[in-house]
Amino acid sequence: MPSLGASFGRGGATTFQQDLQNSDCIVIEGSNMAECHPVGFQWVMEAKARGATVIHVDPRFTRTSALADLHVPLRAGSDIVFLGGLINYVLSNDKYFREYVVHYTNGPAILREDFRDTEDLDGVFSGLDPDSRTYDPSTWQYEGMEVQAASGQRDQEYGDTGAGPASTAARGHAMGSGGAAIGGLQPPRDETMQHPRCVFQVLKRHFARYTPEMVQDVCGIPPQLFERVATAVTDNSGRDRTTEFVYAVGWTQHTVGVQYIRTAAILQLLLGNIGRPGGGILALRGHASIQGSTDIPTLFNLLPGYIPMPHAHKDETLDSFLDAESTDKGYWAEMRSYLVSLLKSYWGPAATPENDFCFDYLPRLTGSHSTYETVQSQIDGETKGYFLYGENPAVGSANARRQRLGLSNLDWLVVRDFSLIESATWWQNGPEIESGEMRAEDIGTEVFFLPAAAQTEKDGSFTNTQRMLQWHHQAVEPAGDARSDLWFTYHLGRLIREKLAGSDDEMDRPLLDLTWDYPTSGSQAEPVAEAVLAEINGWDAEGRPLSSYEQLHGDGSTACGCWIYCGVYAGGENQAARRKPASEQDWVANEWGWAWPANRRILYNRASADPDGRPWSERKALVWWDEDSAQWTGHDVPDFAAHTSPWHRPADGARGAEALSGIDPFVMQADGKAWLFAPAGLTDGPLPAHYEPQDSPVDNPLYAQQRSPVRLVTAPRDDNRYQPSGSEPGSDVFPYVTTTYRLTEHHTAGGMSRFLPYLAELQPAMFCEISPELAQERGVEPGGWATIVTARGAIEARVLVTRRISPITVRGRVLHQVGLPYHWGANGLSTGDAANELAHLSLDPNVHIQEVKALACDIRPGRRPRGAARDRLVADYQRRAGITERTGTEQ
Amino acid sequence: MSTVFLGDIDPAGRAGHEDHPPRMGFFTDTSVCIGCKACEVACKEWNAIPEDGIDFTGMSYDNTQGLGGSTWRHVAFIEQAKPLAAQVPGVQHPAGEPADLRWLMASDVCKHCTQAACLDVCPTGALFRTEFGTVVVQEDVCNGCGYCVPACPYGVIDQRKDDGRAWKCTLCYDRLGEGLEPACAKACPTESIQYGPLEELRRRATDRVEHLHRNGVTDARLYGEDPHDGVGGAGAFFLLLDEPEAYGLPPDPIVTTRDLPDMWKHVGMAAAALVALAVGAFGAGR
Repeated sequence: MPSLGASFGRGGATTFQQDLQNSDCIVIEGSNMAECHPVGFQWVMEAKARGATVIHVDPRFTRTSALADLHVPLRAGSDIVFLGGLINYVLSNDKYFREYVVHYTNGPAILREDFRDTEDLDGVFSGLDPDSRTYDPSTWQYEGMEVQAASGQRDQEYGDTGAGPASTAARGHAMGSGGAAIGGLQPPRDETMQHPRCVFQVLKRHFARYTPEMVQDVCGIPPQLFERVATAVTDNSGRDRTTEFVYAVGWTQHTVGVQYIRTAAILQLLLGNIGRPGGGILALRGHASIQGSTDIPTLFNLLPGYIPMPHAHKDETLDSFLDAESTDKGYWAEMRSYLVSLLKSYWGPAATPENDFCFDYLPRLTGSHSTYETVQSQIDGETKGYFLYGENPAVGSANARRQRLGLSNLDWLVVRDFSLIESATWWQNGPEIESGEMRAEDIGTEVFFLPAAAQTEKDGSFTNTQRMLQWHHQAVEPAGDARSDLWFTYHLGRLIREKLAGSDDEMDRPLLDLTWDYPTSGSQAEPVAEAVLAEINGWDAEGRPLSSYEQLHGDGSTACGCWIYCGVYAGGENQAARRKPASEQDWVANEWGWAWPANRRILYNRASADPDGRPWSERKALVWWDEDSAQWTGHDVPDFAAHTSPWHRPADGARGAEALSGIDPFVMQADGKAWLFAPAGLTDGPLPAHYEPQDSPVDNPLYAQQRSPVRLVTAPRDDNRYQPSGSEPGSDVFPYVTTTYRLTEHHTAGGMSRFLPYLAELQPAMFCEISPELAQERGVEPGGWATIVTARGAIEARVLVTRRISPITVRGRVLHQVGLPYHWGANGLSTGDAANELAHLSLDPNVHIQEVKALACDIRPGRRPRGAARDRLVADYQRRAGITERTGTEQ
Repeated sequence: MSTVFLGDIDPAGRAGHEDHPPRMGFFTDTSVCIGCKACEVACKEWNAIPEDGIDFTGMSYDNTQGLGGSTWRHVAFIEQAKPLAAQVPGVQHPAGEPADLRWLMASDVCKHCTQAACLDVCPTGALFRTEFGTVVVQEDVCNGCGYCVPACPYGVIDQRKDDGRAWKCTLCYDRLGEGLEPACAKACPTESIQYGPLEELRRRATDRVEHLHRNGVTDARLYGEDPHDGVGGAGAFFLLLDEPEAYGLPPDPIVTTRDLPDMWKHVGMAAAALVALAVGAFGAGR
């Protein structure tokens, strides 16, 4: 979550779900919390019972809206305009929390003279290189600062690697647990925030065009409705009241998804709602332990704890890597301690100061290796083998057809799942088999299906949406051949190491030197999960468990598998397994599970106190400076150096945490402040700007720039055609907006739900949700079938006609939206076409996420054609819309 | 045949349970239901109820349709063109015209009536009154006669097609005895389904209605909590936001065996008259 990282310093939810109960106003947008996080939603209900206003902003009236006080339908893909409108409302009506903004944000910081905003360049920022379609962010810096941007371009400038373009390589993810680096120390500031080049004034000018009229025009939200939200949010923010924003993938899955969240971050900072009870931005992760999978990442470009993965530079040493990546101020200044401890945990005694602690053993990036690029390399025949652990891309990833084309071109594929999902059977019953395009006997991929154990069948941890690790204990042995992922990975590694034993090939050293000595237990030789947790937590030279990342050293005397998790095994006890009931502790419940960092539940909670260390109000007290004991104290673990007084000012030349002053609550940031304006860290701009989705039926009324100039588009390929947008000829062939989503009754791509009778009967078939007006316009029968078409594919769905889907008026024209849950595929008890057949691959440049929350489509009555006729229907649409390989690829 | 008493009686005591625990029941507060259907799933999981139809209905999110032999919790989804207190639904129908909309969700279940007709008519004793005052079918006793099915004024109990026996919610009798709450209540994330001593639930429900009324939700009303209603009050009662009919519930349920004593009386009188007639005829014949 690079937007949260770039704004506040860490890429995790700033708060925790239970804290919702303290909120005075909850805005749920880009999330359908009641349906997708029903258990956490109880805290929204609790807040409501205490008198909070609950607002749901969403294209559809969902089960969340049904319980909200206010539902605001908007056009999918227009949220930046809505949120920008709120920012403009706050700024132009002087509703911002001045003291908070002046002291805790970079609002007073002064920018370089050569920075140019979208206001100056009609929709793009200074530094855009039209050829490479990337930004050089050097002009986004503070005045007088040495240019040392932390976004992807820096790495490209490292030197000629001779290894192909490093590309942007999704560097934004590196902001997961720390802000971007800036050169030098404190930027020049104007505490009156009057300087024309100070961030605050730039912000005012930037958002001036995000008026209520513009909100109406672009989002389809009537001004009175907008006014109600603006009033609720501003009335419930300030010293004594707080507003909280809740989002999920409804915000992230766009070509400008990272900037959606940035917009909310700016708004919440202006209102002084970060680091305080009932405030913050709650990022809801869509899947158990997705937070964990970025903390100890499944991402190609990160090492555990958000340490960047090194690129394939010549002659890069540990020192030069650290020089380039760590900061001078804040906790990232200690990156050496984190990285060396990680290397020690990987390679143990083999990692020595003399060999740079085996830094050279780490794999190197030669460019972007995100899931979509990997699929391309499968299609190109470069990637030969593939492991799928609990992932069903044959129906669950955008442009599902491309995924299947990739799978069909492998030598081998290992699928580890509970059931025979489509990604294990596409060669037998996929759409390309049905259409006759491919024949099973021509597909050479050898598929190994290895059944997986469920969470009830193994010990382990989940790191949930609020960065909290919770341990689960095995209840029963896995049935039959099912095994845990830990078992599979450990024994696979063991067997490979046995095969390599005795090798003197240098290439095999990283594998042979690994510490791969986990104890096992039981008849299946299951690795002891708690031993892995202990290794992640780390130990000192005597093997004693560490209790805090502040104990880590860069000299090889400590080992730690993930520095932000250091402390989860403090005292040799599994802190994640703590289950002290809520009734026996206060509402923060610090003794339930364990949250990173250092068991803090609300991040940046120094900001819950005023500059002098007193709570902004008694009602919203969280942590404060205790004069008598000369330390920070309170309900939560203070997110601040315990003994740094509010009046501490660093000496010149101080480094790391020492360089933070007593009023720098955002301790991971290079300047200790939250960033209204991001001088570094993001690849697509220091401020959010509204761009239309890749495929949109409307023109961008804000700027001449229609789409994000730096979005990622694929090389022209006939299986990933884009559509004309707005007033371009052919755009009217796809006149409706569609958005994809989940239902309570199913889970993501369905591998865990469509095969279960009790869930299958609750949502038995793929369906679409449309308004009565659209049903009438297109002659679609309620309860019958409809076919939805884009330039990529055609799918059929049962029809649910409902007044919960509202027509909206955008730029004077009535616009209909089509809702598409994406759970389905051909296998299981509840079946249907996959919504992902419709999606294109145009990605956010920061994180390479697909845009499946806002697409343009057509809908027609009846079932889709079968066999090859299905492809002919799509080809016919492409022809009518005049689509070529260039369509939609313009900057 | 027992006489039907309406009013606040002690069904477990009347059934012969001495020193029984307090009467336990459900209060289902539909005003906080989020329609997650966790109750339906938890019920089926705990009670090992078979799947009973993977059929798309097109009727809002309700693909279960109603209670039955293999559905002991059912969440109704009701989309209405009506306002819900001061809620702003934001929708427009047609475009440009703000429209009313509310989406009611309610988890239905067996009412565990104080006067349970199903139990009254059961010829085998398969249906019985527990010490908690609930009504349970014993699956190993039921002979599938089906008398209970039309006897239920709510249409709750039903036979399974494949085995003929009658099935319905047991209020998780096998969990209650262990001090556990029923599976549905345990799974409910918003405390829409509350389990507890009926008396306490009734107090809680009354407070809740008052709270909602004070906050402008004037549609809130209780259903089945009144010991003087046609079934002597339900052991599982509800807070609704509309007339019962909107949820598919009978507005004025009456225990179908209410008139049985009278009927038997009439039958008796008729029989006596017949006997007298016969005796008379016999006498006259002599």
